Amino acid sequence: MKENFINAMYEAFEIEATEELDLGTEFRNHDNWDSLTKLSLIAVLDDEFDIIIEDDKLETLNTFKDLLEFISNK
Amino acid sequence: MPKITYNNIGITAISAAIPKNTIKNLEYTNHFDENVVKEIVDKTGIKERRFAPDHLTSSDLCYHAAEKLILDNAIDKTEIDVLIFVSQTPDYRMPATSIILQDRLGLSKDTAAFDVSLGCSGFVYGLTMAYNYANLSGIKKVLLLDGETRSRIYHPKDRKTAFLFGDGGIACLIEKKDSFLPSFFSLNSDGSKQNLIKVDAGGYRNPSSINTMKEKVVDIHGNVRTDEHGYMNGGDVFNFLLREIPKDIKQVLDFSDTNINDIDYFLFHQANKFMNDYLSKKMKLDKDKVPQSISKYGNTSSVSIPLTIVDQLKGLLKKKNLLLCGFGVGMSWASAVINVEECKVSDIIEVE
Repeated sequence: MKENFINAMYEAFEIEATEELDLGTEFRNHDNWDSLTKLSLIAVLDDEFDIIIEDDKLETLNTFKDLLEFISNK
Repeated sequence: MPKITYNNIGITAISAAIPKNTIKNLEYTNHFDENVVKEIVDKTGIKERRFAPDHLTSSDLCYHAAEKLILDNAIDKTEIDVLIFVSQTPDYRMPATSIILQDRLGLSKDTAAFDVSLGCSGFVYGLTMAYNYANLSGIKKVLLLDGETRSRIYHPKDRKTAFLFGDGGIACLIEKKDSFLPSFFSLNSDGSKQNLIKVDAGGYRNPSSINTMKEKVVDIHGNVRTDEHGYMNGGDVFNFLLREIPKDIKQVLDFSDTNINDIDYFLFHQANKFMNDYLSKKMKLDKDKVPQSISKYGNTSSVSIPLTIVDQLKGLLKKKNLLLCGFGVGMSWASAVINVEECKVSDIIEVE
């Protein structure tokens, strides 16, 4: 699960393969975050984990770790 | 969520008119950094759009499309009993633009004419109204016009919307014939999501004033617009569509007892390439069955589905089963499975 999640984040945020992803980072502070990245994030969660995340719920999540925990508990 | 069936009604001809004025997205504004613009263009897939110059309205585009349709198909104007104009950029607040078009097109005073104010779902909704009238005894032909100058709604300094929208107008003819196979529609609305895509001012809730015309910074990214300009919360719109659209398409397929493999073409509202590709991928559709025109015209709201038909399917609409799906501002969304016996597609015309 964790590995799938990390791969999904690399895809959604278009993170270079050589770059490390610190799960403690607030994803909205990631250099690649913008309104289009939000679309990619929503799409990849639906694609990989069959989860459509409610807007209200997404607002309460801050770090990549929060996202991982959210989908793990689904 | 009404599910509707029509028998023996069909689209027999379609045409489109676009402004000649072409905007290349990469060169559109200098309000944003080159890299930002390139990323938006890459992700949305919108390379060019057509912008109507000041003197041209959506009804002008529809007028030219309608004249082309009438000429190409030798339509007897006296047989057009109903004229429907779908648009959210009408000529005036009153009277309805459809009535002005009745006169301008030289249609008889016996013509029923009215406007429909819907956005991206508007063509599919408009079709149901056209089919409804065509279904009545006493009606020979229905002329459905659908035009938008969406370029005027959004502010060039709001990067969430500045690079997406374009203008166009279409005309199509709906008639009854015994040999036409049935068509099926699903219509939907969710007004609780009205704030996802909206123009706040200029209507009667928030009338135009000096204040509504003031430019202001609207978010932490420094985007600028006035209350008279449209805004769109793209992420939340996408989220909403992911939830509703595949479901609605499945419902209309089930309801019409159509196997997804028997659909010849899937015509989605052209919002952006990301959305088109996502829907295609999710529904595992063959790329050749999903015509796109987004890269050339951008998002033309209700016009995007018929404009894609005219741009991509000329000469191909003989005994075809089409799935249409329009979705957007409202939120309002509509899907249809329509059987086309033969639909004549005119060449697109450019208007100066």
